[in-house]
Amino acid sequence: MKLVIAIVRPEKANDVLEALYRAEVRGVSMSRVQGHGGELERVETYRGTTVKMGLSEKVRLEIAVSEPFVEPTIEALCESARTGEVGDGKIFVVALERAIRIRTGETDHGAVTPVGK
Amino acid sequence: MTEIPALAAGVDTGDTAWMLVATALVLMMTPALGLFYAGLVRGKNTLNTFMMCIAALAVATVMWALVGYSFAFDEGNGIIGGFDHVFLKGVTFAPREESTIPHLLFMAFQATFCIVTVALVSGAVVERMRFGPFMIFAALWSVLVYAVLAHWSFGGGWLQEKGTLDFAGGIPVEMGSGFSALAAALVVGARKDYGRQALLPHNAVYVLLGAGLLWFGWFGFNGGSGFSTGNPSVLAFTNTLLTPACTLVVWFALDLLRGRRVTAVGAATAIIVGCVGITPAGGFISPGWAMVLGAVAAVPSYAIIVLRPRTRVDETLDVLAAHGVAGLTGILFIGFFAQMKWNDVSDGLFYGDAGQLGLQALAALATPVYAFVVTFVLLKVIGLLTPLRADEHDEAVGMDVTQHGEEAYATGEGAILITPESGAEAEPPVADPV
Repeated sequence: MKLVIAIVRPEKANDVLEALYRAEVRGVSMSRVQGHGGELERVETYRGTTVKMGLSEKVRLEIAVSEPFVEPTIEALCESARTGEVGDGKIFVVALERAIRIRTGETDHGAVTPVGK
Repeated sequence: MTEIPALAAGVDTGDTAWMLVATALVLMMTPALGLFYAGLVRGKNTLNTFMMCIAALAVATVMWALVGYSFAFDEGNGIIGGFDHVFLKGVTFAPREESTIPHLLFMAFQATFCIVTVALVSGAVVERMRFGPFMIFAALWSVLVYAVLAHWSFGGGWLQEKGTLDFAGGIPVEMGSGFSALAAALVVGARKDYGRQALLPHNAVYVLLGAGLLWFGWFGFNGGSGFSTGNPSVLAFTNTLLTPACTLVVWFALDLLRGRRVTAVGAATAIIVGCVGITPAGGFISPGWAMVLGAVAAVPSYAIIVLRPRTRVDETLDVLAAHGVAGLTGILFIGFFAQMKWNDVSDGLFYGDAGQLGLQALAALATPVYAFVVTFVLLKVIGLLTPLRADEHDEAVGMDVTQHGEEAYATGEGAILITPESGAEAEPPVADPV
């Protein structure tokens, strides 16, 4: 069981969700985050004030998956989120100790497997 | 030394006072339209969409003063006006023929119509057209399409000569913008995510507020198109209240039938459709028929708004449905229900003059064809000189950042202030997010 955390471009978020759906990965949490990962800064000007936008808008996806789904998830993320430019984002895979589905009390593998599987 | 008279001969103070106010009301419709349009697009394109309307305020006004007004309202021939008012030559305090307001004020009032019409067309190309090419298009379109159509209907052109009735701009403003929008959408092409992803309005409150302000401004638009405080103005003013209200009621009913819920974005659209419907007919039909027009106008526009997204034509903000088709409905409606008793000009088919309907139908055929063809060719030509649309990356990131270097909803978090002393390289202080 792994928790896959992906930081991707917001404009790629829809492509990523589509790719995950095609890879039959269900169960995703998504949040808007701001961050910095070495990409070039954007300069914006408001009246006399010029600023470098040090932080970029990103989308963070959290996906808890059982072992057979780890590689398909990573593949789907890489293919759908890549543009080739600096700032495409990162994927972090961390070990997941426990998972519990609140509605049924199912734990671990049962909890991260989609209903109806 | 001769003094300039305080009032030029033939000027009526009451009429002039109203027309000064009406001009300001119509000018407000352009930023109101900006708000309406900005609410309908995605958050990342808010400023760019609004700025297209602001661009119309800039370039359409300048072009109007330079040549547009002359092409629209100088005598010229049946198709286009002459050069006698180029650079506003001869536009002074003395009224035009059969007018009781200063010529200068007449010109300003007509300018506000040109501006808002140019802004309307932008609705077809938002979220992907580059800002520079749009400004070039706006400048040329305001002369080649708007001024010509205004000449046909108001400036002594062939439609007006024949006796086609258009009170406040169903021909140049509504049909002119609507059918040009269709051409613009076809030339510029669909947004890259169109038909693949849900592209939703990001703030329906802007849409409602924009529609409300447009309705408010429309009292100047229609009520001012009698150029006086006389009966036609009062009739058009009152009809501008009655017609959109009826459109709203019918739109609610259509929404209920179709989706079992009355929608806010639908209501805002209904207000526009009603105002557009009464625009050509305002001073020509009775209040009772104006209410019927409101109800009737809802149906074709509603149908097109439902059907258009099922096609590949990304006429993004439905200018064709809300303006082109509703304007056409209003123009034809005059042919049926105009009433000499109310307008002192002509009867429609229902009151015994079938010829009027023919004249209205002529405008309903010629205007869409002219607007569509000229806009199509104009954009194709501009497209040969410079790319019309942003590349895929810029479109994906959003037009606000890529076209203007600003965001509508900037948080300032993590923004680094660049001061002239520090330069970009030195250790700069972090900007205060507040």
